[in-house]
Order: sequence, then structure tokens, then C-alpha cells
Amino acid sequence: MTTKLLIDWTRCEGRGLCIELLPEVLVPDDWGYPMAAHHDRSLDVPAGARRYAEEAVKECPRLALRLADS
Amino acid sequence: MTDVISPAHGLMAARASSLAEHLAAVGPLPRPTADELVQLVADAGLTGRGGAGFPSSRKLTAVGGQRSPVVIANGAEGEPASSKDRALLTLAPHLVLDGLVLAGRGVGSRAAYLYAPEALLSKAIRPALAQRRDKLPITLVASPDTFVAGQETAVVAAVQGLRAVPTNTPPPTYVRGVKGRATLVHNVETLAQLALIARYGAAWFRARGTEDDPGTRLLTISGSVRRPNVYEVAGGTTLGEAISSAGGASEPLQAVLVGGYHGGWVPWTSDGVRSPLTRAGLSEYEAHPGAGVLIALPTRRCGLEATAEIAAYLAGQNAGQCGPCRNGLPTLASHLRDLARGKDAAYAHDEILRLVGVVDGRGACHHPTGTARMVRTALRTFRSEVDHHLHRQCTGLRGAREWHR
Repeated sequence: MTTKLLIDWTRCEGRGLCIELLPEVLVPDDWGYPMAAHHDRSLDVPAGARRYAEEAVKECPRLALRLADS
Repeated sequence: MTDVISPAHGLMAARASSLAEHLAAVGPLPRPTADELVQLVADAGLTGRGGAGFPSSRKLTAVGGQRSPVVIANGAEGEPASSKDRALLTLAPHLVLDGLVLAGRGVGSRAAYLYAPEALLSKAIRPALAQRRDKLPITLVASPDTFVAGQETAVVAAVQGLRAVPTNTPPPTYVRGVKGRATLVHNVETLAQLALIARYGAAWFRARGTEDDPGTRLLTISGSVRRPNVYEVAGGTTLGEAISSAGGASEPLQAVLVGGYHGGWVPWTSDGVRSPLTRAGLSEYEAHPGAGVLIALPTRRCGLEATAEIAAYLAGQNAGQCGPCRNGLPTLASHLRDLARGKDAAYAHDEILRLVGVVDGRGACHHPTGTARMVRTALRTFRSEVDHHLHRQCTGLRGAREWHR
């Protein structure tokens, strides 16, 4: 099972909390918006970071994040 | 308008302005059951003609059987270089309305919409509707003249009376659309094809085109061709054949933008002209047929300047909703302008390469992704021009700025 981070770009304002919580998944782009840290551009959440991803979803001030399991 | 396909085949053969003319030309609208309709469309292999090329039967299946589904005919055509939907709505309004009624009946809908520019609604659609006695109520919604207004989620927003800008996905509109209901959004050309397939069958449709691109499709061909216009061609038609259908090149060409502003530049080489205008045939160039837009670029024009102009337009057409697109596209466009003008070209070139990766895939709709693709194909197709610009030279003799009109 893979857990993927989904970003609602119409909500995101680049506050950056998710980037702090998930440095192995996200880096800031030129304007502070979250961008995939991996070269393959994937937003897959490693198993060890699952609870930080859940925290990011809960704490995002813009409610712009979701997790999708596949 | 010139017919490439002989009359009695295809959309343009079925043009008729009055209902009487329409019925005389193509006969009454049959009443297939929901299952029969899905089967017909699947057998015909009809794909969406609005740009994404999604198999139509899959959308019909997904929406059919849902509670109070909604159907929408999308004629917004935000592409400045596209006029095939306008041509179709003007020349064959009843065919589009037939398709909408068929799709509505097929999925069990009681709410149908036709979404198109107000000028077309008043000129072609209201007069056509006034002649008809469809049980399915059809509401007309005016589309704004913006690039993203035709994206499916923007269409759903507009129908609900909201600003016609894309919203976040997933889920797709065929799962959750107008007022949360499953919503079938089909391009008007797709619906017109549906109206013919329902009458003449899947085998009739497949008698034109190829195995992987059956039927006919409308192309809007502009730029440096002798007869710029809307043409109907068989599926699988090559780029060279399509340009020939528009009277051929009016001067030496270097490339054709295939698939519109979100498409890709295909070089006018012996390989390029032989490419079928299909997803598979164009994949080598990272292009796709899109909504059937072809813009022929002459050798006297600088490809980088042409690309910079389009990128500037696309940057201006971002909906202002998503950070990476709102910030990234204007920055990308400004570096393209610098590269085109030879201003700090090496830095501009590096930044363009980086920024196409930054914006790609990061938005609620395809706008940043489509823009990034078009720019990437420009850097490949105009590679030698890039080299010239890096050495403060330009091979293009500056042509008319409005070359793509």
C-alpha cells in the first residue's frame, strides 16, 4: 500500500507547515509552496513519515491536504 | 468551409440550420436504451474531442445509473486558435442538441446544459431550440472568453452560477459535479458524433479513420497555410496531409504547433509531416491532437519569439488560484521573452529548463502542465535557434506579430 499526499492548490497559500513536518517528501519552491523533494516528483509518503503526514493534514491552516491510500 | 470528407459522411455533411433541413438530411433521432447507447459508443471507439481524448463510453458508463445525473455540452472553446466548436454550433446546431438529448436520456438525466459563448447561444442555439420539442429541458449557460473556462471543472462551476475557473480534483466531474451530482461533460463535437453514431451505427463510424483513431475529427488550421479554416479529416490523418487539406503551406515552414497552446511544436521535417495526428503518432514530439488545433510557423519567424508570445498569453490566462501557476507562469514567460530577445540568454535558458519542472503538475487544472509541455517542446524543436540566441544571434526575420491568428 502506498500513501500519497494530495494538495488542493486552490486552497494552498504556501504557509509551509507541511514542508517542516515532511522534509523527506516536500521542499519549498521559489515562492514557498510545497514541491516534491524527490526527483521523480512523487508525493508518496514513506511508512515512517505517515504520522507526520497525518499531522500535516490536520494542522494545515488552509485545509489543503489529504492523504490517499492506493 | 471546405469538406475534405465526401458528403454523406461525417459532421460537415450533416450541417443544417433548420430542424426540417436537419431531419431531412439525417433522419429522426433514434431511441437506443441506455445499454445500447453505451455499447454503440464503445464499439465505435469514440473519444472526447475537447482535448483530453478520454473514451466517451467510460464517462457514459460512470455517470449512468447515478442519482439525478447532469449532462453538459461544452462549447466554450477557450483556445484562441480554435474555431471548430463555433463552426459546428453554427452549421449543425441540431446535431449537437441531438447528441446532448441522447446523452441525457442515456444516463437518465433530467437536467441538461449547453455552455458556449453568448454570441453563439443567441445566433445559433436559441433559434434551434425554439424549433424543437425535446422532453429534456436544456438550459443555456454563457461561457466567458477565457482560456481555462472550458476545463471540465470550470464548466461545472459556471453551470452552478460560480466564476468559470477550475476547481480541485479528484474526484472527477463524472463522479461529483454540478451540486455534487455525477456530471457528464462532453465537448460539442463529441456529442455531434454521438448523434450520427446513434443513427448510422458503430461500423459506419469506423469506416473512416484508423483502428486506433476511428471516425473523423475537426481541425482548425491556421498560420502560414493557403486556406486557413476548419476542416474535417479522417482519424489517423498525418500532419502533412492535414496541412495539404488547408491548401498547403503558403511559405516555407519550420514547425507546426499541434494541439493548441497546451500542445507541442512538431518540426516540419520528413518525419514530422508523416506523423499521424494521434496520441501515439505524436508522442515522439510530446504533442497530442488536443482539440484539433494546428498552427503553421514559417521559417522566417523566430520560434522562440512565437513561443514567448504564447507563454505570455497563457501566463495572463492563469486563473489566479494556484500558487505555482500564478507565480510560475509569469516568471517562465518573462524568461522566455529574455531568451527570445537575447537578453541574458544563458541565464534565461537555465531558468526556463528549471521552471518547467517547477510548475509541471502543480495546479488544480492542466494549465501549468500544458504550458510547461508546450515550452519543453519549443526548446527541443527550436534547439538550433536556442544555440543562436545563446550566441546573441537570431535567424528569424521578424514577421507579423499576429502570425497565429
